Amino acid sequence: MPCVEARGLRKAYGSAIALDGVDLRVEEGRILGIIGPNGAGKSTALNAILGLTAYQGELKVLGRDPWTQRDQLMQDVCFIADVAVLPRWMRVSQALDYVAGVHQRFDRAKAEGFLDKTQIKRSSRVRELSKGMVTQLHLALIMAIDAKLLVLDEPTLGLDLLYRKAFYDSLLNDYFDHSRTIIVTTHQVEEIQHILTDVMFINRGRIVLNSSMEAFEARYAEVMAKPEHVAAARALGPIHERQVFGRSILLFDSVAREHLAPLGEVRTPSIADLFVAVIGADPSQARGAAA
Amino acid sequence: MTPRLLYWSVRRELWENRSILIAPLAAAGVVLFGFVISATHLPDARRAVLQLDPARQNAVVSMPYQLAAAALILTGVLVAMFYCLGALHNERRDRSILFWKSLPVSDLTTVLSKAAIPLAVMPAVVFVVVIAMQLVMLILTTVILLANGMSITTPGTQVPLFEMTVTLLYGLVTLTLWYAPVWGWLLLVSGWARRAPFLWAVLPPLAVCLVEKLAFDSSNFASMLSNRLVGGFSAAFATGAPHAFSRGLGSRGFGEPNLDPIKFLSSPGLWVGLAFAVALLATAVWLRRRREPI
Repeated sequence: MPCVEARGLRKAYGSAIALDGVDLRVEEGRILGIIGPNGAGKSTALNAILGLTAYQGELKVLGRDPWTQRDQLMQDVCFIADVAVLPRWMRVSQALDYVAGVHQRFDRAKAEGFLDKTQIKRSSRVRELSKGMVTQLHLALIMAIDAKLLVLDEPTLGLDLLYRKAFYDSLLNDYFDHSRTIIVTTHQVEEIQHILTDVMFINRGRIVLNSSMEAFEARYAEVMAKPEHVAAARALGPIHERQVFGRSILLFDSVAREHLAPLGEVRTPSIADLFVAVIGADPSQARGAAA
Repeated sequence: MTPRLLYWSVRRELWENRSILIAPLAAAGVVLFGFVISATHLPDARRAVLQLDPARQNAVVSMPYQLAAAALILTGVLVAMFYCLGALHNERRDRSILFWKSLPVSDLTTVLSKAAIPLAVMPAVVFVVVIAMQLVMLILTTVILLANGMSITTPGTQVPLFEMTVTLLYGLVTLTLWYAPVWGWLLLVSGWARRAPFLWAVLPPLAVCLVEKLAFDSSNFASMLSNRLVGGFSAAFATGAPHAFSRGLGSRGFGEPNLDPIKFLSSPGLWVGLAFAVALLATAVWLRRRREPI
């Protein structure tokens, strides 16, 4: 059974279409990164998966309909919507008590153990904690729940680099065990590239790219062309070209590496570079040109 | 929905809204403060009471107790009203609804736990605090009278504690049931309004009154509203007296509780109100599922 399966998922807010017929299938044990510009429909897609918003089309999460069965679904699904959703009046000890009270799969000792590694005091209120500590607290609560699917929507927004790194390290080392599935959206693409097993680009409510990281690495190649080979490289039909320190870097889709190797240094592009090439080429996204 | 989820949901409401417990206690503190000051001339007051007609002695002696109970009930009603207006609004405003919804608690359980505050928790808190406060008042009175060498067993000056307690319990239960549609309305507005839930709760009903008056020169809606807001007492008690003061000071006194459960249970206003309350709460559940953070 796939963890998430969507067919023809649609959602419109008035005349604005947030999701325009999305087909999606996420297998168990994957870490999927959903990347897209602001307003692309990422959060809408996640909200639909979490049963927070109504939608048209077919959607099954762990075999359940999230809109009508949100409360049962949340036995097996956890999510961090963004850094600021823990109630500010709550004490850390109350948060532990409450989650332990309502969630049967919550392992309090595990959450306590995680908190012991932080500076967070049990008697503190959430409003007294720094933004980074609130995220640590939320992560401690979430990681102590034995869930099958974890959904993270911009979980590290506004955090400094150290907290961001610690966040993803904890997630990988202490949480992820290949039977769980993680879906994450973020703008800090570079920081999660190495943990993803799958990547999806979404733009204006549609999936633009959907690939496993193995397929991604096999399909896309980037060449830092030697000046004398730039013309030859351009003849191979790059999907994007940019200049770095006066050198041309060309991005190719499905061009065999043996054709590229003579032209210069070949490497796998970063997700961020491919994102710029695929989404940035869309005229509606050409913000720099319009400005 | 399980009792466990409901229990933790209600506890969480009490953590967030400490005024549910603190306000009645504070009101009791204020009452006791005033009572202690009045106790300095208690012996004189008691001598004056003893000069009265025995039938009126009891009413005068129990008056402070009724006044104190009424003050606490009023406090409870006001706190519950403001609680309801914030209950489904604040969680959307501070986005914590996303945290609550990330846990396996249904919208039905959540709304029921919030409705349980005005329907069960607040009356229970008021009941316990009133009883405790009245006991303190009684003990204080007894000690002062004994210290002044006065009798505490004169028949007409006995405070009818048991009758008062029964009346209080009955009054709280009937008031809570009578107000059920009010709680439902406030919770509904709380879950619906994007801002200023207080204004949304109060102004539209007033607007309906105004339009009815201007358009048809009638005030059916207005009298229905006022019946709902202040008519609970006359629906539940036999005297028809509008409020506790005149009843307590009346010739019948507090020693003869004039509870009228038959009249209350057979009044259509009660059942229509309860049906409205159920409909309003069901709508609030429906809204809780659909509303997003604001």
